[in-house]
Amino acid sequence: MAANPMTQFEVYRIGPEIKIGAFDISFTNASLFMVISSVAILIIFNLGSKKNLMLPNKIQLLAELSYTFVSKMISDTAGSKAKPYFAFIFSLFMFVLFCNMFGMIPYTFTVTSHIIVTFVLAAFIFIGVTIVGFIKHGFGYLKLFVPSGVPIVLLPLIVVIEIISYLSRPVSLSVRLFANMMAGHTMMKVFGGFVISLGIVGGWLPLSFSVALTGLEILVAFLQAYVFAILTCIYLNDALNLHH
Amino acid sequence: MIRKIFFQSIFFNFFFLKEIFAAESGGMPQLNPEFWISQIFWLTLSFGILYIVLSKLILPKISANLESRKSLIQENIEAAELQRKDSETKLKDYENIVSKSKIEASNILNEARKKALKDISSKKEILDKQIDDEIKKAEQEIDTLKKSAPAKINKIAIETSSELIKKIIGTEINNSSLSAIVDDLSKRNGDKYYDN
Repeated sequence: MAANPMTQFEVYRIGPEIKIGAFDISFTNASLFMVISSVAILIIFNLGSKKNLMLPNKIQLLAELSYTFVSKMISDTAGSKAKPYFAFIFSLFMFVLFCNMFGMIPYTFTVTSHIIVTFVLAAFIFIGVTIVGFIKHGFGYLKLFVPSGVPIVLLPLIVVIEIISYLSRPVSLSVRLFANMMAGHTMMKVFGGFVISLGIVGGWLPLSFSVALTGLEILVAFLQAYVFAILTCIYLNDALNLHH
Repeated sequence: MIRKIFFQSIFFNFFFLKEIFAAESGGMPQLNPEFWISQIFWLTLSFGILYIVLSKLILPKISANLESRKSLIQENIEAAELQRKDSETKLKDYENIVSKSKIEASNILNEARKKALKDISSKKEILDKQIDDEIKKAEQEIDTLKKSAPAKINKIAIETSSELIKKIIGTEINNSSLSAIVDDLSKRNGDKYYDN
């Protein structure tokens, strides 16, 4: 089992099989870690907002620093108009971050290493941003596909390229996160396997690599959550402030 | 199973190629559609609850906490500013009082000095007058003494000379002739001893 680095991504049922109509919605290990991440976020931020101390304690400081971090990120990229979407982007960032970070604990399951999870998030963002754009600008939102200052001859080509790039947003957004998480965890598993197979004599080199990779993967876990959130902000910015 | 795959391929049709891979054993578990619906369901549920609780309960509280701390700090800064201004005005008042009292003190000192000088000069005048009076009296006495002095001296001179003559010669001489001689001598040498 340990030989195959992909077995860590396997989803299996925990508890009984639950079905609604034809759909299998059984509780799985993936569901378990989604719930754990959400509950952990809620506990931390509930503790961090319970008492309003003049001098914040550690957990309150953590909650408030996260709050100001995300709110600064949103105001920097999407401006003040994006304020109503703060709660969504905050929960998105925290959810992805916690799922990534919980995945770094050995023997856990990384929710975000599954394309279906990241794709659902990305598709929801894509559809939501498109709806926001059409509500704010009506059919004027289609001007997004017609950049200003382009020669009329090139315009059909540019419009096609713009449409393709717009439609590929959810794919790129979801695949970026999924591929990063999956590649990192696979690589760590492979190096871990080398430690065992090379034994006490030769295992030190892959072990040190593994340690270094753990640090790198923690960085990647944070960075990908950040990138996911900031790209959402940028898409939202396109929808709220039409630049083209 | 076939129905399920068909359903999923409608919604996620751009994965249709990957589903072929998923059918193979030992492929990527991510592409196995067996638990896709389950994952979507649980993702929606957990993320939905997370979003609702965060946006309705927790984030407003954090934002209120931050705002209240900000306003408290602002209020404190304003209060400190007010107190600083207050203390500055009080310091100015204090300095005014000190300078006023200094001027008053110097005025009082000057007046006292003038008064003292006046007193001293008036007393000095009185004293001078008294001294002058005393001097005049003394001078008058000296004058009367001076005036009466030659006559007495003449008398004493006549008496002593008559007694001397008596003892030396043994005869009495007429007082009137003696007094004529003494008067003559005193007139001649009187200028040496007296001013008159």
